Amino acid sequence: MTHAGGYIADSRTRAIEWLPWVLAVLCYFIAPSYLPLGSYVLTMIIFALSLDLILGYGGIITLGHSAYFGTGAYAAGLLAVHLTGEPLLGLLAGTLAAGLLGLITGIIILRTRGLALLMLTLAITSLCFEVANKATTWTGGVDGLGGFTVQPILGLFKFDFFGKTAYLYCLAALFVCWWLVRRLVYSPFGASLTGVRENNVRMHAVGAPVYQRLVISYTISAALAGLAGALLTQTTQFVGLKVLSFELSGELMVMLILGGVGRIYGAFVGPLVYLVAQDYLAKQFPEYWYFGIGMMLVLVVMFARGGILGIIDTGLARLRRKPA
Amino acid sequence: MQDFLSSLVSVAFHGLAYGMILYVISVGLSVTMGLMGFVNLAHGVFAMAGGYIMLSAMNGLGVPFPLALVAAFIAVALASMVLERLLYARLYTAGELEQVLFTIGLIFMSVAVARLVYGTLPQPVHLPDYLKGQLRFLGREFPTYRVFLIVFSISIVGLLWFGVERTRWGAMVRAAVDYRAMAQSVGINTSRLFTLTFALGSGLAALGGALGAEIIAIQPTYPFEHLVFFLIVVAVGGLGSLRGPFVAALLIGVADTACKYWVPEFGAFFIFFATIAVLLWRPEGLFGRAA
Amino acid sequence: MSAAMETRNLCKSFGALTVADQINFRLDPGARHALIGPNGAGKTTFVNMLTGRLAPTSGQILIGGEDITALGQAARVKRGLGRTFQINTLFPNVSVVDNVAFAVAEREGVAWRMFRPASVYRHVLDESMALLDTLGLADDARLAVAGLPYGKQRLVEIAIALGLRPSVLLLDEPAAGVPTLESHRILEVLDALPKDIAILIIEHDMDVVFRFAQRITVLTQGAVLVEGTPAEIAADHHVREVYLGERHV
Repeated sequence: MTHAGGYIADSRTRAIEWLPWVLAVLCYFIAPSYLPLGSYVLTMIIFALSLDLILGYGGIITLGHSAYFGTGAYAAGLLAVHLTGEPLLGLLAGTLAAGLLGLITGIIILRTRGLALLMLTLAITSLCFEVANKATTWTGGVDGLGGFTVQPILGLFKFDFFGKTAYLYCLAALFVCWWLVRRLVYSPFGASLTGVRENNVRMHAVGAPVYQRLVISYTISAALAGLAGALLTQTTQFVGLKVLSFELSGELMVMLILGGVGRIYGAFVGPLVYLVAQDYLAKQFPEYWYFGIGMMLVLVVMFARGGILGIIDTGLARLRRKPA
Repeated sequence: MQDFLSSLVSVAFHGLAYGMILYVISVGLSVTMGLMGFVNLAHGVFAMAGGYIMLSAMNGLGVPFPLALVAAFIAVALASMVLERLLYARLYTAGELEQVLFTIGLIFMSVAVARLVYGTLPQPVHLPDYLKGQLRFLGREFPTYRVFLIVFSISIVGLLWFGVERTRWGAMVRAAVDYRAMAQSVGINTSRLFTLTFALGSGLAALGGALGAEIIAIQPTYPFEHLVFFLIVVAVGGLGSLRGPFVAALLIGVADTACKYWVPEFGAFFIFFATIAVLLWRPEGLFGRAA
Repeated sequence: MSAAMETRNLCKSFGALTVADQINFRLDPGARHALIGPNGAGKTTFVNMLTGRLAPTSGQILIGGEDITALGQAARVKRGLGRTFQINTLFPNVSVVDNVAFAVAEREGVAWRMFRPASVYRHVLDESMALLDTLGLADDARLAVAGLPYGKQRLVEIAIALGLRPSVLLLDEPAAGVPTLESHRILEVLDALPKDIAILIIEHDMDVVFRFAQRITVLTQGAVLVEGTPAEIAADHHVREVYLGERHV
């Protein structure tokens, strides 16, 4: 069983779970030129975590998670432009805006299933994209929203040009999100989500309020995505239409599947591997990179559905079976 | 008043043309999704391919328009057959997530290839001389090509509906859409049926993409940009149905044209809003079968 | 003494097709009641209406004297209704004990909690393990259900329902699909079910029915043909006609 959680699971943090944080802190010291990329990776990990919650645990397939990412991004941007560049307020604004949208849309669409649900998720994100595209006075349309400054965090930590503050800011945010998601996954609520995913019919038959559970997790997932979006706006000091695009939703799916769905750390591994590889390869051969990603997705679906962590799991299992 | 009527006619006409193209492209998707239960998000790739093949043949090789259309249809139909046998068929029993991921992967691959081979700009469309210009009809001028589009599409649609209603192939498709397991036990070779139907659907998409190159520009981002509209046609019309998507496509074609003309600052907003409303009211689509 | 479960003039039609026709049914507390009938008689439709998966066209359903006709599935479970499915409806990639724990947690009102780890709620785990123990599944507790032999899966199917501590238990062909070698285990479990639970069992296997049931209802073409004790049913010539096509005894 790859999914964490349940009533016999040991929820204490295992030693290896500190590895990502050690690596992240190491990176800060030994690879300072990569910090802007690092911030982007950390942001995308939060985004991937939010998708994993609803997709890997809830079993809801969505093509439109960028609707919430983008809403959070634009909320933070608009706040910075019109009211204040205080970053923590911006994060709050992004999280709340996206969470609210997630609640409303979740209530509406989670009554449906199958193609209708898939279609609705795409329609919602297309709607948001179109609104942002046309409301140029607010969003800057195709040109995007920029030219705002983000004030120092808590008045103390100024955003520097090397991306050091941004990196640590994202790392702290990721830590909080990770802690929350991990709690949720190991909780009885998380266990019931697994139940809903594994057998929706039986969950109804044991008296679970399935719809309510899904709406709650969808809302939390949307809020987290919004937080990630706000983070992106603040660390890059820019919001563009891409944050609302179907293409971004697709890319996020690739990252998550690459790492492994339904296992918290798949959301860590996937974006890291994808974005680092993209940084190396895509600069020189952007089309070949895109082609390779597509092919990898096809191959993963055909042969390696558990993603990188799944392959590691199988490898470890094989090693253990070999006699000493 | 005259002006308003005039723009009304214009919107209806252009909306009709756009709607017909949407239908020709999307009908294959409706049938294959209803028949194989396969979520093929990459359907737009076939339409794009059709457009590229026709335009390359015409612009690059000087192939005459009718021949280029046929070439696009046949080439894409054949290629899709290969794809179906090699890849798609393996995933018929896989879950929805796998199918979604697989087809997204296909989209990525084809977008990359399109960019590599053709660059990022939309392909120029040079209509044959006999289809250029305007036609005078009922005291108004209509672009000849659009008239041709509508007439030609209607005949293809007619042929398709006749084929599905009257031929043995059509009967098998209808049976298999209604009861997949039953169809198999009655001796219908479902895998051959799937391949053939998939090829036809993809070929039609290619035809639609090629014919509609003037309305929906052929460029690498095509499958991403327009997927939502093809899916809307199918979802709102009803999976597996022929008439449903026809009505949906016309509605969308006219509504989209009307919105772009009269309230351009809202763009496609109303289409998406209406789609959400319809799907909430009838999740199986206007003409679909309730689960 | 009010019935554990009761239906009054329960009807269901799909257009012109009537699948349930004025069914008056009564399940006494502690009952061992079997529902039999030929294929297509409407047994599963009836059960689906009882559990709330399917809404009746008209009529009433009551649990413990309370009208639950308008209530959804979850509310009926809260009123003490539990069911098993004819085809295993389990949580495949989840451990056996967790399968049961999901049900226990819902009943205990623990399942919505989002903060503390599930393993902290020991009483859920303990109860689930105890339940598995009574069914002889304690050794398999940590294994994923998908890896179990079919007979054991059928037992898990029952265990989940028992985890709800139902006052009314609907068993839909509990021994269906189980190889004869393993089916005695299921029968033992059925025999050992708590006496205070009212049990309705849908069955085709006449041996199971006559061994287990104290009352039998025969359903044909959506309507109750006859109801009585096993001896009465065995002697009834209408029943013989329906099952064996006999005209003359």
